Amino acid sequence: MAANNDDVKLIGAWPSPYVMRPRIALNLKSVEYEFLQEQFGSKSELLLKSNPVHKKIPVLLHNGKPICESSIIVEYIDEVWSSGPSILPADAHDRALARFWAAYLDEKWFPNVRAAPRAATEEAKSAAVSQLKEGLALLEGAYGEISRGKDFFGGERIGFLDIAFGSMLGWLRAVQVMLGGVKLLDEEKTPGLVKWADKFSADPAVKDVLPETEKLLEFAKILMAKAKPAAS
Amino acid sequence: MADVKLLGTWPSPFSYRVILALKLKGIDYEYIEQDLSNKSPLLLQSNPVYKKIPVLIHGGNPISESMTILQYIDESWPETHPLLPADPYGRAVARFWIKFAEEKLSSASMIFRTSGEEQGKAVRETVEVMEILEEHAFGSLKEKGFFGGEKVNMVDLAYGVMGRWFDAIEECSGVKVIDPLKFPLFCGWAERFNEAPVIRDNLPGRKELVDFYKRRREMMLAAAAAASN
Repeated sequence: MAANNDDVKLIGAWPSPYVMRPRIALNLKSVEYEFLQEQFGSKSELLLKSNPVHKKIPVLLHNGKPICESSIIVEYIDEVWSSGPSILPADAHDRALARFWAAYLDEKWFPNVRAAPRAATEEAKSAAVSQLKEGLALLEGAYGEISRGKDFFGGERIGFLDIAFGSMLGWLRAVQVMLGGVKLLDEEKTPGLVKWADKFSADPAVKDVLPETEKLLEFAKILMAKAKPAAS
Repeated sequence: MADVKLLGTWPSPFSYRVILALKLKGIDYEYIEQDLSNKSPLLLQSNPVYKKIPVLIHGGNPISESMTILQYIDESWPETHPLLPADPYGRAVARFWIKFAEEKLSSASMIFRTSGEEQGKAVRETVEVMEILEEHAFGSLKEKGFFGGEKVNMVDLAYGVMGRWFDAIEECSGVKVIDPLKFPLFCGWAERFNEAPVIRDNLPGRKELVDFYKRRREMMLAAAAAASN
C-alpha cells in the first residue's frame, strides 16, 4: 500500500510516448515523483541496473524497486495507489478489451507512425499511411463501442486505453506535419477520435506531459540528422 | 449461468495455455476445434482484427490473445487457483515475464519451419533468449518451485510451451537447442511443469506432437523448395 513518504522516481525522457504513460497515471493519482531524464544517446548506470533485460525507458522506481514496461507500470500505479481514481475499468471484459487495444497500438499501429516519415520511397510512405488510416478506422469503431457515448474510452474520466493511445497523439500530430499535412485523424472519417483527442490533450493530468508538436518536430530533426550517415 | 467456449486448434501451444488455465480453475467449457485454412464465421466474427485462435467466448463476449484471455480468466474466476501473485509488485514482475514470453518465443517456431542458414539464425536467437531467461527469470525460482510458488501460475503457463513443444521441435528438426548443462534451472523447471498436477493430465502426447511437427516441417520445407525452383 502506498504511503505519503513513498519514494517514487521515474527514469525516462520527455519525447517518449511510453514514458508519458506512467507520468499521466501518476498525475491522475496525484503522486509526487522525481523525473530522472536520460541524456539523449546514452544510458545511465541507474537505467542499466534497473532494467538489465531491456535497458529501456520508462522504469518506475518505487522505494527502490524497479518496475518496467509502460503498460505494466500503469497497471502497477493503479493497483498501488488504489484510493485515487481508477485507471483500469472495473469490468473484466472491459479490461480485456482495453489491454487488447493497447497491445494492438503498440505492436501493429505505432510502428507505422514512426516508419512513415522515414520511408525510403513514396510507395513505402503511401503504404505506411494507408496502414495508419486503416488502423484509425478500427480504433474509431472501438472508441464508439467502448466509450458508450461518454468522452473517453474509460468513460467519464480518462483510463488505461485513453492513456495508451493518447500518449501517441504528440507524435501523430508531428508526423502529420512531416508528411506534408496529411490528415490521419480526420473530422469526416474519424470524428469521434478527433473530439476525443482534443479532450484528452486538455485533461489536467495530460496537459503538461504531452509535448507541443513544435518541440517534437525539432527533436525529430535531431533524430533524423543523427540517423543519416556522415557525408564524406 | 454464463457459458464458456474456446476456439482453438490442436496442438497450438497458445490454445493449450488457455486449456490449462481453464483446467486449473476447474471451469467447464466447450472446445470448438477450428480449421484455419477455412475460417469459421464464428471465428471471424469473434476476432475480426487478427482472425486467430485462441478465442474465449464467455457469455457471448469474445476475448482474444492467449495471455489477455488468461488475465480475464483469472479476474473472472478469482476464487480458485489464483494465476497471479496478490501483491502489486509480484504482479508487475509476473506481467513483465509474460510480455517477454509473448515477444521473444516466436524465434523458436522458426527452428522447425526452416533449414540451413535461416535455421541457424533462429537457433542463435533462441539461445540468446534462453540465456536471459536462465539468468533473470528461472534464476529466481526456488529449487522445487514454479513462478507461482508451490503451484503453477500464469507465468509458468506462458513458458509451458517451452517444455514438451520445444522438445518435439528439437526432435523433428534434428537440432538441440536446450542443453541441460547450459540451462539447468530452466530444465529443472520444465520437468516439474510437465509433472505438475492437472498439467500432466492435460498436455498433448509427446509422440503425437513429434508426428505433427514432423509432418508440418516436411510440408513447409517442400513448399519453400517448390517456391524457390
